[in-house]
Amino acid sequence: MSLLQLQGVSKRFGQVVVADGVSLQLEAGDAVGIVGPNGAGKTTLFSMIAGDVRVDAGEILFKGRSITRAAVATRCRAGIGRTYQIPQPFEHLSVFENALVAVHQGARVHGREGSERALDALVRTGLIDLANRPAGALGLLHRKRLELARALATGPELLLLDEIAGGLTDLEVVELTEVIRSLRADGVTIVWIEHVVRALLSTVDRLVCLAGGELVADGAPREVLNSEAVRRVYMGGAIINEAVS
Amino acid sequence: MTWTNVIVQGVLFGGFYALFACGLSLLFGVMRIINLAHGDIAVVAGYTAVFLVPHLHIAEVWGFIVVVPIFALVGYVLQRTVLQAALDRSPFTTLLVTFGLSVLIENLLLEIYTANGQSVNIGSLIGNSWQVNSTIYVSWFELVVLIVAVAVLGILQLYLSKTSTGRLIRAVSDDREAAQICGANYRHIFGIAAAIAVATVALAGISYGILTELTPTTGGSQVLLYAFEAVVIGGIGSLWGTLIGGILLGVAQQVGAHYNPAYQVLAGHVLFLAILALRPQGLFGKKEALT
Repeated sequence: MSLLQLQGVSKRFGQVVVADGVSLQLEAGDAVGIVGPNGAGKTTLFSMIAGDVRVDAGEILFKGRSITRAAVATRCRAGIGRTYQIPQPFEHLSVFENALVAVHQGARVHGREGSERALDALVRTGLIDLANRPAGALGLLHRKRLELARALATGPELLLLDEIAGGLTDLEVVELTEVIRSLRADGVTIVWIEHVVRALLSTVDRLVCLAGGELVADGAPREVLNSEAVRRVYMGGAIINEAVS
Repeated sequence: MTWTNVIVQGVLFGGFYALFACGLSLLFGVMRIINLAHGDIAVVAGYTAVFLVPHLHIAEVWGFIVVVPIFALVGYVLQRTVLQAALDRSPFTTLLVTFGLSVLIENLLLEIYTANGQSVNIGSLIGNSWQVNSTIYVSWFELVVLIVAVAVLGILQLYLSKTSTGRLIRAVSDDREAAQICGANYRHIFGIAAAIAVATVALAGISYGILTELTPTTGGSQVLLYAFEAVVIGGIGSLWGTLIGGILLGVAQQVGAHYNPAYQVLAGHVLFLAILALRPQGLFGKKEALT
């Protein structure tokens, strides 16, 4: 049984088609990268999986069960974790409290074990020294790490990472990539939207390209990047050159 | 010594304003709802104490033990139905909806109970007071209300900062979308916040009905206005600020009344306007709360 299955998922906002019959299948333990030009429908795809956006047509199955009409919180508790492209920490809560809310609500673990899990999420993402800092005072790198810590604290089986490396320096990207690889090693299934292709290639073993709400390529990362379809989407542009260089 | 008495009376009455204001402050702080029916809900709670409690064979002074939980439930249901539906459309809609609720409540009360004033009768207890010295009297009941106001605000502060649900209320107030992605049902949390807000204003309404009298329009014309002033003076988002705001409003009114009884309400408004002009975020508020 696949961990996640999208079956002919479609969504349009007014005249803009952001998903046009997208079908996708993920097995537990997969690490999949998603690339595509701006406006390709990458973030919307995440929103439909996480439940922020309802699909117009199609079905979404998680662990064999339909979650097409389930609430966001329900999907989170079922095991879908998500980070936002622009971090959305609870600014007036401490870093630790941010993780604790996620453990209590998402993983439904309370008491001493809950606190330990929250601390563990902070240790893994390198935030433990900032545990008592208000989240609103964090800089971009730490906000991105907190997104990851919070998603991790909900105890996800499937982790949706939305441009978590965007806006970071090379060194910061490397550090964050190591954290993500360690999660993968623990068996967390990862789907990662990213423009920083080099970071992606070091982590994923399958790459999907979205354009105009459609899947134009799906397969081994190098093959996908070299495929005719992807070259056409990017018009031979920067993404390929960066990856090949 | 007369000045001391003026201040003491002002502080005592400030307890009422703080109790009225804390629910208003909470609803705005957590859900960004400006509840224009806040005062009217207080009046309905007072009327419930007047007309329901005598049937229950308990001393009327204990009526709040029955009425306050009922109103906590009312608050939860109100939020999960009418207010949430309005909130899903736009913040402006909540303003219209709560205004509509206010009109509805006032006219229903007028229709059913006429415009006559109603008081919650607790017998001779209300007359008790301590004479501190030749000029200062402290009303037993007003002192109790002040203590209750401080206790309610203190417990609420502790609840928000220390408990798991309180932390969740703060999280949802920061970012409800992120709270959902963490597995929280923010609508339920909104319901809990509304339950607390409506329960506290019910307590305030009953107390007000004990001290003086309630009419169908007391809520809109007095309670709501004073509660707003207390919140603005103290600063949005600060519970202790709300207490100080309520007390300052009470003192300003007593000082005004000392010069001329006609100045009582005016003096409160002047303080309110002065704060609004000089420190729009309120005495203990943060500037960011205004954006």
